[in-house]
Amino acid sequence: MMTGNQAVVEAAVRAGCRFFSGYPITPVSDLMEYMARRLAQVGGVFIQMEDELGAITAAIGASWAGKKSMTATSGPGFSLMQEGIGYAAMTETPVVVVDSQRGGPSTGQPTMPSQGDVLQARYGSHGDYPIAVLAPSDIQEVYDLTIKAFNIAEALRTPVVLLMDAFMSHMAEPVSEGEYEILERKVHPPGPVERPYEPGEDLVPPFPVFGRGNLVSVTGLTHDEKGVPRPEDNRVHATLIRRLFGKFERRKDLLEDVRTMGDGRRLVIAYGMMGRLAEALVDRGYRLLRPRVLWPAPTGPLKREMAEADVVYVVEMNIGKYSLVVKRVAEELGIEVHSISILGGRIPTPSELEAMME
Amino acid sequence: MSFWDFFRRERWPHIFCPGCGIGMVLNALWKAFEETEQEPEKWAFVSGIGCTARAPAYMRVDSLHTLHGRAIAFATGLKLGNPELNVMVFSGDGDIASIGGNHLIHAARRNMDLKVIMINNGIYGMTGGQLSPTTLPGLRTTTTPMGNYDYTMGTAELVAHLGANFSARWTTAHIVMVKEAIKRMIPKEGFCFLEVVSQCPTNFGRRNRMEDPRKMLQFMKEHSVHVSRVGQLGAYFEEPVFVVGTFADRDRKGYVARLREAGYFESF
Repeated sequence: MMTGNQAVVEAAVRAGCRFFSGYPITPVSDLMEYMARRLAQVGGVFIQMEDELGAITAAIGASWAGKKSMTATSGPGFSLMQEGIGYAAMTETPVVVVDSQRGGPSTGQPTMPSQGDVLQARYGSHGDYPIAVLAPSDIQEVYDLTIKAFNIAEALRTPVVLLMDAFMSHMAEPVSEGEYEILERKVHPPGPVERPYEPGEDLVPPFPVFGRGNLVSVTGLTHDEKGVPRPEDNRVHATLIRRLFGKFERRKDLLEDVRTMGDGRRLVIAYGMMGRLAEALVDRGYRLLRPRVLWPAPTGPLKREMAEADVVYVVEMNIGKYSLVVKRVAEELGIEVHSISILGGRIPTPSELEAMME
Repeated sequence: MSFWDFFRRERWPHIFCPGCGIGMVLNALWKAFEETEQEPEKWAFVSGIGCTARAPAYMRVDSLHTLHGRAIAFATGLKLGNPELNVMVFSGDGDIASIGGNHLIHAARRNMDLKVIMINNGIYGMTGGQLSPTTLPGLRTTTTPMGNYDYTMGTAELVAHLGANFSARWTTAHIVMVKEAIKRMIPKEGFCFLEVVSQCPTNFGRRNRMEDPRKMLQFMKEHSVHVSRVGQLGAYFEEPVFVVGTFADRDRKGYVARLREAGYFESF
């Protein structure tokens, strides 16, 4: 048996994470406490930073030393980390960020579950950048998707967000630790590198680990393939940003990840804790689509499942944020989408949920 | 190591204004590295945002040009990710003392194994000359057009008080002392901090009748007083003077050593 927070730690260590920097916040403080002990056992490093700005940036710094690194936080801390997440996207730094969602805005409901950060996880930092966002629905999936988060971060050189919630952080379930493929980042061999941002065929440049004589200069400014700042060159900027998105388009094998159940004409789309709840509706004649990777949005599976449906419900613990994504796809197909918005942090029973949908 | 072994010739010309003091400090840094036979491959430089923060990209080392205020936090992660690496933070006063003040305080408190050179030009140079926490009383900036009424921050004194192994302040008018301070920091463990008061003729001197950099160097020389004469909390807070000298030179255990003792870095 593991709690969600413990499963994150065990899976992270299994994936090769050897650096964690954090700052206390409900509901992930015990994740950090568990990590402090666990990383000592495996030869890793743990540091409690002075704030979340420091937590995300120290994790990025450790990644440049070649370490698989992560941090964990919740709403207010996640807001503070957004600038760092944008930096990781721009400099193509692998890093994993856990956001265990609580009710917001502001201090809101520290101990109550929510899915209010689903758009912030995608769009929280300024500018144009892609990011991967994963949403587990049970503790086994917390374990599996934490490993997957590291794999995506390393393979694509990108920040990855694992979205949990206050309930899932502390819920305990059995977890089986089976076989997993662990991906490692491509790195430059030692010695000077002239063009550190020259991409390979997968559009991902090999990573220059600091301290191996690659002698690279890395910057959050718009930069060319040599890493030279070119902030006023429109073509350099457009080429760089489009390549970042291009990396994601080429890895659908990793990034398109949904679960489907049932075969009714009434389609429920739900993720995270609500995905787990909605599974109870499958026996009542509903079809279920449960994205495990929320971003990039699973446009293909959304279209396929909606084509088999007469009506669509999007169930989520927020004001109806992900339903906007679903509606955009549904518009093309002319299908009606209902947003089932649950606020306050109390998880309804399956019967209560079904009543809300009628 | 020649000048062009340490700097990236292909990136010249640099962005710094004529008369700027950053080049003087870079020269002192190169000399210090040369005289102590440092291998640039074993160093990583981290900077935040601002004029000074652009400097590491001109050095032939691994460098990370990061976010405004966060250089020391990035450097902390980099150092702990690879403790064999020598990590130096090279950034300005707005970056390190103002927006990054919290990271400075806690890195100094932890005695984190970093060298930090903070170039203090008393102004936000890159954004056009706004007030900084290190602007001296009475001087004009674009956001204090009637003269500065803010009290000034004694950054090197603060760092010394927090238990860092080394803290000093000099000015570009004492450039040999700057070089000697860097040489003193290089072999030390723990947190080593050097504040270099420097001239910004474009956005500071121009508004304070010192548009000629020589006038600013003269001003710094005339307004400097050694710490041995005034003590650690001398006249700095009220008068337009620069207290120069070494505020701390200790040999407390650094953070990496303490982490090792606690059981990190080695599996068990």
